[in-house]
Amino acid sequence: MHRQMGLKDDEYEEIVHLLGREPNFTELGMFAVMWSEHCSYKHSRQTLRRFPSEGERVLQGPGENAGVIDIGEGMAVAFKVESHNHPSAIEPYQGAATGVGGILRDIFTMGAQPVAILNSLRFGPPDDSRTCFLIDRVVDGIGGYGNCVGIPTVAGEIYFEECYRESPLVNAMAVGGMPLEMLSRGAASEAGDVVILVGARTGRDGIHGVTFASEGLDEKAEEKRPSVQVGDPFMEKILMEFCLEAVRKKLVAGMQDLGGAGLTCAVTETSSRGGTGMEIDLDQVPCREENMNAYEIMLSESQERMLLIVKERSLEALREILERWELPFGIIGRVTNDGIVNVWYRGEMVVSVPAKAVAEEAPAYEPASREPAYIREKRFFKESAWATPEDYQEAFLNVLSSCSIASKEWAWKRYDHMVRTSTVLLPGQGDAAVLRLRGTSRGLAVTIDGNGRMVYLDPYRGGMMTVAEATRNISCVGGKPLGITDCLNFGCPENPEVFWQFEQAVKGMAEACEALSVPVVSGNVSFYNESKHSAIYPTPVVGAVGLLDDVSICVSMGFKKEGDVIVLLGCGDLSLGGSEFLKVIHGEMSGRIPDLVFKEEKRLQKLIRQLARKGVVSSAHDLSDGGLGIALAECCISGGNGADLSIADNSMRPDLLLFGEGPSRILVSLPEGNLENLKKMAGEYRVPLDILGKVRGRHLKVQLSTGETLIDLPTSIMKSRYLGGREPV
Amino acid sequence: MKFGVVVFPGSNCDVDVYYMVRDVLKCDVEYIWHKEWKLQRFDAVIIPGGFSYGDYLRPGAIARLSPVMKAVRDFADEGKLVLGICNGFQVLTEAEMLPGAFCRNTHLQFRCSYTYLKVENRNLPFTREAQPGSLLQMPVANGDGNYYVNEAQLEEMNEKGQVVFRYVNELGEVLPQANPSGALENIAGVCNERGNVLGMMPHPERASDTLFGSEDGLVVFESMMNYLAAGKG
Repeated sequence: MHRQMGLKDDEYEEIVHLLGREPNFTELGMFAVMWSEHCSYKHSRQTLRRFPSEGERVLQGPGENAGVIDIGEGMAVAFKVESHNHPSAIEPYQGAATGVGGILRDIFTMGAQPVAILNSLRFGPPDDSRTCFLIDRVVDGIGGYGNCVGIPTVAGEIYFEECYRESPLVNAMAVGGMPLEMLSRGAASEAGDVVILVGARTGRDGIHGVTFASEGLDEKAEEKRPSVQVGDPFMEKILMEFCLEAVRKKLVAGMQDLGGAGLTCAVTETSSRGGTGMEIDLDQVPCREENMNAYEIMLSESQERMLLIVKERSLEALREILERWELPFGIIGRVTNDGIVNVWYRGEMVVSVPAKAVAEEAPAYEPASREPAYIREKRFFKESAWATPEDYQEAFLNVLSSCSIASKEWAWKRYDHMVRTSTVLLPGQGDAAVLRLRGTSRGLAVTIDGNGRMVYLDPYRGGMMTVAEATRNISCVGGKPLGITDCLNFGCPENPEVFWQFEQAVKGMAEACEALSVPVVSGNVSFYNESKHSAIYPTPVVGAVGLLDDVSICVSMGFKKEGDVIVLLGCGDLSLGGSEFLKVIHGEMSGRIPDLVFKEEKRLQKLIRQLARKGVVSSAHDLSDGGLGIALAECCISGGNGADLSIADNSMRPDLLLFGEGPSRILVSLPEGNLENLKKMAGEYRVPLDILGKVRGRHLKVQLSTGETLIDLPTSIMKSRYLGGREPV
Repeated sequence: MKFGVVVFPGSNCDVDVYYMVRDVLKCDVEYIWHKEWKLQRFDAVIIPGGFSYGDYLRPGAIARLSPVMKAVRDFADEGKLVLGICNGFQVLTEAEMLPGAFCRNTHLQFRCSYTYLKVENRNLPFTREAQPGSLLQMPVANGDGNYYVNEAQLEEMNEKGQVVFRYVNELGEVLPQANPSGALENIAGVCNERGNVLGMMPHPERASDTLFGSEDGLVVFESMMNYLAAGKG
């Protein structure tokens, strides 16, 4: 029986040992879901300790529903990213929708008003009807939920690679803001407090959803469709309004949403965190169906539910708000001081387990780890093995219109990205989205980034690059990075080669976080992203949040004014290895991942923030996928202007100059009058710069310093290829 | 001068309209909970966008049954100003305070994007500040913005100046490409016969601040303000 629930034999032994007896069916189910990889992080806990998670501004690090950072002036931000990969693979609309619902609840459980949603998506190439269906339904699900709750979806990324065909990735992130005194935690600290379950009625949906998420996907995955929950965004909206009002009126002692592992998780985690126990009466749980048994009620993953721990004296005031919002609720129990969770149903005690044993005492594994053979094979390739393109212009247009590079407007125009009227930089306008903090002159910059190709070829460097790129994006719009949240998407951790990728990537990310002074305040690990045929590229995704002291001076990416000078800041390492160019033009995925020098990266980011603050630059855009060529195209298209540039060949191959990828480079444009100032500041920060040309006319013209013209194209043609590139749906 | 912003369960642009009136127009403003039925203290009522009752059944179909809607009808019957934005427009058609109805967008997708609007009737309390021939840039954000009305009614509406806004391209031409939802004759906003109830799909409150791309939405609110200030409310 325990094996069917996903528990190993020695784990079962451990449960018997902890209880001092055999567990009953319901108890076994509770242990099984809480000790699943999804809930207990049993394979990743040890490795995750590498992440720096402290800092003077960190109010809440990992271990709660979301991380929280103090942003001064009595305000805090809460944010977290989470995966909903498995559900989205088999029921894409509901899978993606409930992913958004879950992450929003994580934010308002902390007492914060959600202000933004972001997402990071990976699919197979959009060349078969199943993939196109997945893309369409995932995008629809994200929009359907977020739009209805009224939280803007402001940023995201979508990549297409063969390895995600059967294991698509759907990561959702949410950001919220709050006055410091609203900060709430998911702990039941005082015996005698009342336990209330609020929100949607409990049904039979999603039972063992977390166990399902802790296995690989196989041909039987379709049969697990009932493990996927169904979302009700209207209920979420009402629940959110209620919770925030209750917190504002100081009626809540502790709050925990019901997500993975449902009531089991909420009850045992709040007790365990508070060092208490609970008496729970399942007869008081509002149910959607008749004759549900204790096992089903304890394990249901019905969405839009919240567990509240409240003082007896707050009950009346709370009841009044609940009735105004017409929310179903049940007073289901009380906090006790013996550390035991006792569950009663129809007059019988059906569960009696120590809260800590279920919530915190899952075994931790140190899986074996081994460097995969491909790492060495793929790394050593000679650029000279690939002929330079005969026609650079054609190569440029092909990269620009390739589905991973081309505009994602087809997706974000289906998301309400403006509701709450706070989105100052909309999707596609800047390297990060910028939101105003209403009532202040300040703003938040938010972004989400991942690069599976680079992490696959070199997990350590790729992990570093991911953190560096996310923070660079925040800096490019003028924000100071405050912290990050990460979603680590990998294959099966019991495979030593996958675990090696995981360890290396985390090591690289952790070092980058230390060097760039950004704590990791929350996150999520998603293992088992593999099918019978293949595992995904190791894909850590980083969400970053930054602060702008003056939101009105945020910097967008578009070339704005005729005659502005175009300058490349920084001279980070460049490589065609793992580049979009190599993939699109040569169909190859190999090579050396460029080096990242933290000191250079840090100085560059400081410089760009100073340039933004002092109003020196008109635009800023970091060089990422597709290198300089694609960055230039994006600046031209976004600003509606052309550019005339001459690039020095430095005896470098022109395709490396134009399409090579690497960190620590930012493209800016500025009025000629500011050029001296820019040179002076760049000198102070010891950042090299290269004056490339000017914003001019309606053509993008790129010449080598030898006079050879590589590109000469009207912006209108670039725009139509970029926008219409490969719209998959 | 006092504005009221109706709040149904599921309204979500209520906050946006509230702060716009308070912080940009610098006018008095108050939320109206959907169970209220006395509106005498207000000079104008705005029904904001969002997903009242989750848009379940049909956008606006449940909200129209809320007690506040009877009060809104009486308020309008007195000749006072009622503005419905997006979901608010849908509620007003469901309540039959405005002609027409809404279908799913023809492309069957939610659409959030900037549009250009031509003002077809500048003699209304909502449009009197619009410059002749000017185009207004405002965003839409909806999945059911596909306005429909039968032919006889359409003809009558066109004659009586009840079609207030149309989607156009940046040159002011009424073209299918400029229509974000498939709305009949590119209709973006309509008013009642008396001209004191306006429904519009685009969001003027999202285009009323220098921080954002456009301030053209202010035309609608400033028109209302000036009309009320002139004592015509």
